[in-house]
Amino acid sequence: MTLDTVKHAGETPDTEQPWSELGLKQDEYARIREILGRRPTGAELAMYSVMWSEHCSYKSSKVHLKQFGEKVPANDAMLVGIGENAGVVDVGQGYAVTFKVESHNHPSYIEPYQGAATGVGGIVRDILAMGARPVAVVDPLRFGAADHPDTKRVLPGVVAGIGGYGNCLGLPNIGGEVVFDSCYQGNPLVNAGCIGVMKHEDIHLAKASGPGNKVILYGARTGGDGIGGVSVLASETFDDTKPTKRPAVQVGDPFQEKLLIECTLEIFAEKLVAGIQDLGGAGLSCATSELASAGTGGMRVELDTVPLRDATLSPEEILMSESQERMCAIVEPQHVERFMAICEKWDVIATVIGEVTDGERLEIFWHGEQIVDVPPGTVAHEGPTYHRPYARPSWQDALQADDAGALPRPADGAELKDQVLRLVSSPNQASKAWITDQYDRFVQGNTVLAQPEDSGMIRIDEETNLGVAIATDGNGRYAKLDPYTGAQLALAEAYRNVAASGAKPLAISDCLNFGSPEDPAVMWQFAEATRGLADGCLALGTPVTGGNVSLYNQTGDTAIHPTPVVAVLGVIDDVNRRTPIAFAQEGQLLYLLGDTREEFGGSAWSEVIHGHLGGLPPTVDLDREKLLGEILISASRDGMIDAAHDLSDGGLIQAITESCLRGGKGARLIVPDGLDAFTFLFSESAGRAVVSIPRSEELRFTDMCGARGLPATRIGVVDGQELDVQGQFAVTLTELRTAHEGTIAGLLA
Amino acid sequence: MTSRIGVVTFPGTLDDRDALRAARLAGAEPVPLWHRDKDLHQVDAVVLAGGFSYGDYLRAGAISRFSPVMETVIEQAKAGLPVLGICNGFQILTEAHLLPGAMLQNDHLHFVCREQRLRVENAATAWTADFAQGQEISIPLKNMDGRYVADERTLDELEAEGRVAFRYLDGNPNGSLRDIAGITNAAGNVVGLMPHPEHAVEPLIGTGGTDGLGFFTSILKKLVSA
Amino acid sequence: MARVVVDVMLKPEILDPQGQAVQRALPRLGFDGIADVRQGKRFELDVEGPVDEAALARIHEMAETFLANTVIEDFVVKVES
Repeated sequence: MTLDTVKHAGETPDTEQPWSELGLKQDEYARIREILGRRPTGAELAMYSVMWSEHCSYKSSKVHLKQFGEKVPANDAMLVGIGENAGVVDVGQGYAVTFKVESHNHPSYIEPYQGAATGVGGIVRDILAMGARPVAVVDPLRFGAADHPDTKRVLPGVVAGIGGYGNCLGLPNIGGEVVFDSCYQGNPLVNAGCIGVMKHEDIHLAKASGPGNKVILYGARTGGDGIGGVSVLASETFDDTKPTKRPAVQVGDPFQEKLLIECTLEIFAEKLVAGIQDLGGAGLSCATSELASAGTGGMRVELDTVPLRDATLSPEEILMSESQERMCAIVEPQHVERFMAICEKWDVIATVIGEVTDGERLEIFWHGEQIVDVPPGTVAHEGPTYHRPYARPSWQDALQADDAGALPRPADGAELKDQVLRLVSSPNQASKAWITDQYDRFVQGNTVLAQPEDSGMIRIDEETNLGVAIATDGNGRYAKLDPYTGAQLALAEAYRNVAASGAKPLAISDCLNFGSPEDPAVMWQFAEATRGLADGCLALGTPVTGGNVSLYNQTGDTAIHPTPVVAVLGVIDDVNRRTPIAFAQEGQLLYLLGDTREEFGGSAWSEVIHGHLGGLPPTVDLDREKLLGEILISASRDGMIDAAHDLSDGGLIQAITESCLRGGKGARLIVPDGLDAFTFLFSESAGRAVVSIPRSEELRFTDMCGARGLPATRIGVVDGQELDVQGQFAVTLTELRTAHEGTIAGLLA
Repeated sequence: MTSRIGVVTFPGTLDDRDALRAARLAGAEPVPLWHRDKDLHQVDAVVLAGGFSYGDYLRAGAISRFSPVMETVIEQAKAGLPVLGICNGFQILTEAHLLPGAMLQNDHLHFVCREQRLRVENAATAWTADFAQGQEISIPLKNMDGRYVADERTLDELEAEGRVAFRYLDGNPNGSLRDIAGITNAAGNVVGLMPHPEHAVEPLIGTGGTDGLGFFTSILKKLVSA
Repeated sequence: MARVVVDVMLKPEILDPQGQAVQRALPRLGFDGIADVRQGKRFELDVEGPVDEAALARIHEMAETFLANTVIEDFVVKVES
């Protein structure tokens, strides 16, 4: 095959090009020809197609994502906002924290182990590229029905992949979620989050400036991994009739990534780079065009210098390859020698593949012949923007009218007990220890809290005990009933989780998992959820630092539940003041904070007992969430509480069960006046938490709640070895433990 | 003079910083050692820390065992230098034949991370003297290849000579023969175990226990009295 | 270039959970009649120069000291034409 050079393209304007096969629309192809003033070369077409794909260009979602930049709360913690590899937040004492959640849904369905593993690898490189040392990972996961045979294929593979990769990197896995729902059967959600820490002065940005500076590609050799994976894998709905659309899956090498991390941190420490970018989706196409367009625009790359694992790769394939464990750095000439020496120390291959030029074009050469000549901004940022039609689905009203409050309720104490045991042993509410025990949560020696605590917490300074906390939450059932409220509930829950562990919520990242944007109903869900999230962040004062959108999560015509996953980052001045969930001290008083209403729409109870999804999700009161958060943080700082647990899916009984089992102590509960036992135990009203208070602190605590206007109801005491709901039923901790802890291993081991 | 405890970093070592911190908290001077450097920089004892050196490719510990630093460690360990191998470090010690037996993948084929109770079966080694014989301790365990195996004669010999240093309690987490969690050489200067003492040295961190500190205070006392 | 293959297998007495897991899966997949499965490793070495006795002796030594851990594994060296 002859090389399709720029010159050749100019001479052969009528050559047919496979723009459609590469996922481009006719008007997009026409736009490329217009930008270039000629037809694109094969290499240029590859770059545009991959960078203008949904996954890279956010073409369907960006008109809605704009709100995150417009509805920005007054918050001086933001150091770097949306648009970079990840946002950066000031956490005090000169430290900055960067964090982000990304999806790796489709690859994880095709090859669960490698899909999940490379998802971890990708998000860690994103964080690293900001100049930060990665310090922890979290993994929000969603699978099909727990008892479905395919879940037994996908889940163990995903979990082993996350563990196999993350454990080998030496990053503690401190949180996340595992949710089962048949809507995810053919489309599991594998989201991966990472937190990194740096000093303010170490923040690095992805830009190539300074003509004469060298472009260095370092890390793994480039192979045929995931060629076209970005545009095809991430943007097309699965369709069994077109198996040829399943290209090679990327394979991860965590050992190589560990070396890349240590090598890069040493390079940062010596201040050797002027700009840096990780290679993820769209590989070199993305890295070169983004670096160049964020700088002065000019870059010249000799593509034939890229070290290859497979010598037969064409230039187009090299540009598209998604081989893992690679980074691209911009280095001033006088630092190149030292840069190379550090790479050699860590056995990392590094190659100068080009340099920054004073022009405004990205020029790529293959054995001396020019195959790419483009304005890099048109590749990286000037992709199409779609204003996709959206409309409230016709079935939404009927769904909301199907009120869960009308479902039959338990008639007596015996039935209540039976339903409690069914709830806490159901796959979604059961202990996930079988899964999380496959992740290393101790490595680095800074883990203060990890799953099943409300948030994961990491100490970031050994002298001052400064720490950060992170919680991720999302409830597709709530969002299906009402996407606006559902997104706010995800935000509120993650916010509450961080506050319950004693940390002050600062900022959020999100991973928005939805069905096909070509379906107006899905697009409406997306529009509503982003609007809800943006409004919620404004109200809570927690800006969106960045995030990820994953669309086309559906099988055939059936979309997953809209699933916005929200990660809230918090800071705690002294990790000694953290609040665990465990009820560990007998005699401590239990208080329920917030208001309990008859709210069962989308609840765990309605799912487990009745297999029902309908009605409205719990109402959201963000001012109340903020107040609850402030009380929880004050109480932790002043030593008024020794345990706290947020209330969310499964309601009070779920929280009490987890806290009792974690601490190995029982509790006596009294149903408060004005509530029936059923609502008390199973309601999922938002804005609530349960706390355990030493008797000596009771007055001080209730005075504080009274003065601030937060309802605080005494509901019992930590006591004995059983959970006794007075006048209703009692269950021994052993029975509760068997129910709660046996389920997942029983289904999957 | 403060005793110097060296911690080796191989490519893929993960718990080196934790081991250095544990040595410091115990009162030693922590000294980072590099796998390519044969020089042990006058350390008084060496810790081979946990992790996945060389990605556990080939076999856990198999490639690191041939590194330049290990030439010196092997030579000096035979001459009495105290060496503690934790997790991957234990695997390296068996690959280097400083300790008998070998480590294989957990019998349940999963990575396991949990708090693990152990019984100190030999409180006379360089790294366990601060414990009481038979003392029960609790420290984190986290590994993929943690199943200790050796032939029956070797196992009988270890038992007879009191060289089983630690045994798992409350259930065997990985299928190790005779519940063995750690062993010592005959001289008591080279000790290897799968669980992680360096992750249990501060009240608030990890499991919240500090039973791991005893390993480091043991060696410090021994070095001071030597 | 001549190729020499080194096959490394766990010794018969050593438990092989991976092999067992494969064996347990076979009937589920419709493959009956397999009494036991043991999983091993295969190394393909492309040798520069002649594969003579001296070269084979070196490869044997390499297998014994590095490719296999003879505490738990056996190995076989084969010359492939």
